[in-house]
Amino acid sequence: MARSRTPVHKPVRKLALLAGAVLLAAFPAQAGDQGSLGIGRAATTQELARYAAFSVRPDGRGLPEGRGAAVEGKGVYTKTCAKCHGPTGKEGGKTGNRPTPPLVDTRPFKVGLTNATVGNYWPYSTTIWDYIHRAMPFDHPGTLSNDQIYAVTAYLLYANRLIGERDVVDAYSLPKLRMPNRDAFVPDPRPDVP
Amino acid sequence: MAKHQEPGRSAQRPGQITRRQVLAGAFATVGGLTATACRRSSLIAGPEAPADPTKVQGLPPGDAAGRRSPFVRLTREAGWTFWSYTPLDSIDGIITPSDLHYEVHHAGAPVIDPNRWTLTIHGMVERPIVLNLDDLRRFPSFSRIVFLECSGNGPFAWRGAASPEDTAQKLVGLTSCSLWTGVAVSTLLREAGVKPGAKWALAEGSDAAVMTRSIPIDKLMSDAMVAYGQNGEPLRIAQGFPARLLLPGWEGNTNVKWLRRLELSDAPFMHKEETGSYTDPMPDGKVRQFTFVIEARSIITSPSGGHTLQGPGFCEIRGLAWSGRGRIKRVEVSTDGGGAWLPATLDEPVLPMAHTRFRFPWKWDGKEAVIESRAIDETGYVQPTRAQLVKARGTGSKYHFNGIQPWRVSRDGKVTNAGA
Repeated sequence: MARSRTPVHKPVRKLALLAGAVLLAAFPAQAGDQGSLGIGRAATTQELARYAAFSVRPDGRGLPEGRGAAVEGKGVYTKTCAKCHGPTGKEGGKTGNRPTPPLVDTRPFKVGLTNATVGNYWPYSTTIWDYIHRAMPFDHPGTLSNDQIYAVTAYLLYANRLIGERDVVDAYSLPKLRMPNRDAFVPDPRPDVP
Repeated sequence: MAKHQEPGRSAQRPGQITRRQVLAGAFATVGGLTATACRRSSLIAGPEAPADPTKVQGLPPGDAAGRRSPFVRLTREAGWTFWSYTPLDSIDGIITPSDLHYEVHHAGAPVIDPNRWTLTIHGMVERPIVLNLDDLRRFPSFSRIVFLECSGNGPFAWRGAASPEDTAQKLVGLTSCSLWTGVAVSTLLREAGVKPGAKWALAEGSDAAVMTRSIPIDKLMSDAMVAYGQNGEPLRIAQGFPARLLLPGWEGNTNVKWLRRLELSDAPFMHKEETGSYTDPMPDGKVRQFTFVIEARSIITSPSGGHTLQGPGFCEIRGLAWSGRGRIKRVEVSTDGGGAWLPATLDEPVLPMAHTRFRFPWKWDGKEAVIESRAIDETGYVQPTRAQLVKARGTGSKYHFNGIQPWRVSRDGKVTNAGA
């Protein structure tokens, strides 16, 4: 590391020394690591476990234990989802004065001609589980069990004619389902105008 | 006529006046008119005020004197239930007052106890860490003026559903600009130690939508901030109190509010807001994804929709321009419906990824006119027309409309949306 040539750099050097000292106390296992100021504390395993099911990825990482099929999910849908998204999911509806999107459209997505739903537009099936888990139902977010979320995910996939009524959806099977609009997604080509 | 035209500038157009003429007071006596009201006033009828304020003691120092005058009314206008628009045509300069910053929430704005708030940085890092607000404030801090714009700012124009009655606030009011204070994300990531192979990070909020976006690590390491301050005070609730992500130049929703964690990963998480939402379907069936950057845009804020010019005479055209790719290099104004474009004056400071104020001296001759502005940023990008955008992208997207906004000034002085 180059020696500082001007007094301006001195405080920085002092800070680095101070940081080193604090670091020893905060992270004894990584003592001597450059770049750390020793602020904050190490996250515990329990803290990180709380976030595990909020880290669902297309390859299935993050999906928790549990399972469900459309035959079970229909009841969950009717009870907790239908009042905003419509009796079958094709209708959509309103939450307050805010439009609520339809969730079912079995036609291939075509801009302006079909709805864009979790079935014909969303490129990954894992996103359905993740979004229900993190944000739904709108009036009581985060209240469904993992099994209920798998079941209602299965129901939506079934209603969109992507799986069978008795197909089991779980952490193993869900990521295997290839969604019909997957290949439509492309990176940002802008600037594209004029 | 102007004697000192800029090189390449076309001859003076009817109604066009030069700075020299303004400086010379050429319009001081136009038609014997007093000042022409050509901007919306935020002044309203207030309570009883002393007839002569020099004859009575005023308010003591304190809250009452610190508030907006009761003769001033500035409010955001609600959209549906989850957004509200900045009154762009009633504010001056480039800084948006914090309470007037536009807001979009996915599940309401949560009230968070800062004493229980933490930010966790984990995933592909050497040391997963937890920071509280005091910790965050201990890190080296900096401040920066940055605009935020919702990528859905102007969907009515996209769909051709705009109305002649539309105001600047409703058409383009989902953009605002603040002085943000916080910590460089690169500093925080160095604290945690980024593991090789980490390419993306999931930014997650602690609202009832537990809103997420996957952000490329390159952006986080270049100019991203975790902001806790806005215009000199802690963030407003609607802006993510106690801390939010700030990604200069990138669409509003990626600037995750009420930030609770950053999880580093080798790949994007493909959550709802980057797949089902905030993606751009094109006429050919393709869907553009991760369209982060806000492209250059400008709007004349005065006179603008809903205003009424009181009569012919001098009217300074004023507006805002911004670009997510850097500084605004030039703004051009047309007062004849796009025939001739002349450069506007840019007020300092002209900052990258910040609102930039422009002004243009105009004499309204009382005839119908269409006035509009276009921004050119430092990359050379020229703000397009709606027609150019629709030709390239169709009308299927709700996002990233940045077309030129024309206003029609009728003979009676009424200003309406000429893009409708």
